[in-house]
Amino acid sequence: MNPAAPPTAATKIRVRNLKKAFGSKVVLDGIDLDVGVGESLVVIGGSGTGKSVLIKSVLGIIQPDSGSIEVDGEETVGIDPAGRERINRKFGMLFQGAALFDSLPVWENVAFGILAQKKASRVQAREIAIAKLAQVGLGAEVGQLYPAELSGGMQKRVGLARAIAADPEIIFFDEPTTGLDPIMADVINDLIVKTTREVGATALSITHDMASARKIAHRIAMLYQGRIIWTGTPDEVNRSSNPYVDQFVHGRAQGPIKMAVRA
Amino acid sequence: MNFLQPIGHVVLESLATAGRLTLFALTGVIHCFRPPFYGRMILRQMIEIGYFSLPVVGLTAIFTGMVLALQSYTGFARFSAEAAIANVVVVAVTRELGPVLAGLMVAGRVGAAMAAEIGTMRVTEQVDALTTLSTNPMKYLVAPRLIAGVAMLPILVLIADIIGVLGGFLVASYKLGFNPANYLQSTWDAMEAEDVISGLVKAAVFGFIVTLMGCYYGYNSRGGAQGVGAATTNAVVTASILILCFDYLLTEMFFSGK
Repeated sequence: MNPAAPPTAATKIRVRNLKKAFGSKVVLDGIDLDVGVGESLVVIGGSGTGKSVLIKSVLGIIQPDSGSIEVDGEETVGIDPAGRERINRKFGMLFQGAALFDSLPVWENVAFGILAQKKASRVQAREIAIAKLAQVGLGAEVGQLYPAELSGGMQKRVGLARAIAADPEIIFFDEPTTGLDPIMADVINDLIVKTTREVGATALSITHDMASARKIAHRIAMLYQGRIIWTGTPDEVNRSSNPYVDQFVHGRAQGPIKMAVRA
Repeated sequence: MNFLQPIGHVVLESLATAGRLTLFALTGVIHCFRPPFYGRMILRQMIEIGYFSLPVVGLTAIFTGMVLALQSYTGFARFSAEAAIANVVVVAVTRELGPVLAGLMVAGRVGAAMAAEIGTMRVTEQVDALTTLSTNPMKYLVAPRLIAGVAMLPILVLIADIIGVLGGFLVASYKLGFNPANYLQSTWDAMEAEDVISGLVKAAVFGFIVTLMGCYYGYNSRGGAQGVGAATTNAVVTASILILCFDYLLTEMFFSGK
């Protein structure tokens, strides 16, 4: 049921001793993480464990305090703006709330990266956008609509089409199934597996939805208190014999992970 | 010594804000001159700022000109100096009231809209999405607005000048019984190129201030709907105060030697 393990000869993303604190609150406390070429790694963890900060650090949206993030062997922490732009051309990102530009019609949202990189004229970009929309199961007529006219599931699909439009080498998924009903969540999971395989992309996802993690991951890593405390395959996650992972996977309120809840 | 602490905090905080704002302005200006240029965005902002502000700026200008004529008539009649009305109207409107009132109206209309739009884009991660799509948000969102503001406000003010003087003319000739031809003649005689040009320079500066404040507070807004609301308020209030400050400074620069 799980996708076959891909060739992981080369490392696409290598994160070493990554640290980030906001004021006195330490969010990332020395993260070490490797994502192989063509691999789909899913980082799981509770709310507020720094999953988003991790992914945004790799994207260059957040500056880490210390540590190293290499993409294709190139150090990206502290890189100059031109280098950052070049690195970011390898990236595609599906945001949690889809983050579609509501001033632009759907097709222009999907074609945005292509037009920004001047890979095609507007006419060609529009054709590519419609093809990408078809890949995520949306008709050409959706291209004329504005994001506000779409349902949440459709917005996620458009966000996915936008993320894969410029044929990125690495795709990031931030909580891809949050806020969707279970069926639509599964549709999105299927689309993620299908589309990343079609373009042969490396994927780094963060989620707290275990069904989604099992479906899209080659490998799962658990983030807790700013560190990666466990990694393994989706099969191993059920018998990890790690009390933290067990508690999270089975969604128990009782266990070593204490939620900061005051009754 | 604890009472010194809040004072120091406020001073440090305002200095830090001034520094951040200056850096933001410099980055924005640099991006105005470096390719790629987003012509489509610049055009859209020019229409938004220039064309859609015309009604509100025009209304402000015509009433200002009318009131000015009426007020100066009642005032000047005491010294039998009614003939100076045309002079007063044209100088006041071109030098001062045209640029300042247009600037304030545009701050309320455009500055607020910019802060709200960019702020919403910030909190819904659309600004981050731009970065991941090989687009610099400063270049795509901020630079076109700055360019449009600096380019369109002088044009708006030029139109406001004409409408304002027309307002004064209407009141003077139809209500106060001036001879229309004579009034126009004295308006023409009183009009100095320097007055008009200084007003247009002010307008360009005000255009920069309004768009900069809208962009800065929107770009740095935090924390959902409340944050966007605060950004909008801050953008309008700060822009309005800065317009009044810079109005004085620029007037001092232009006319202090006279």
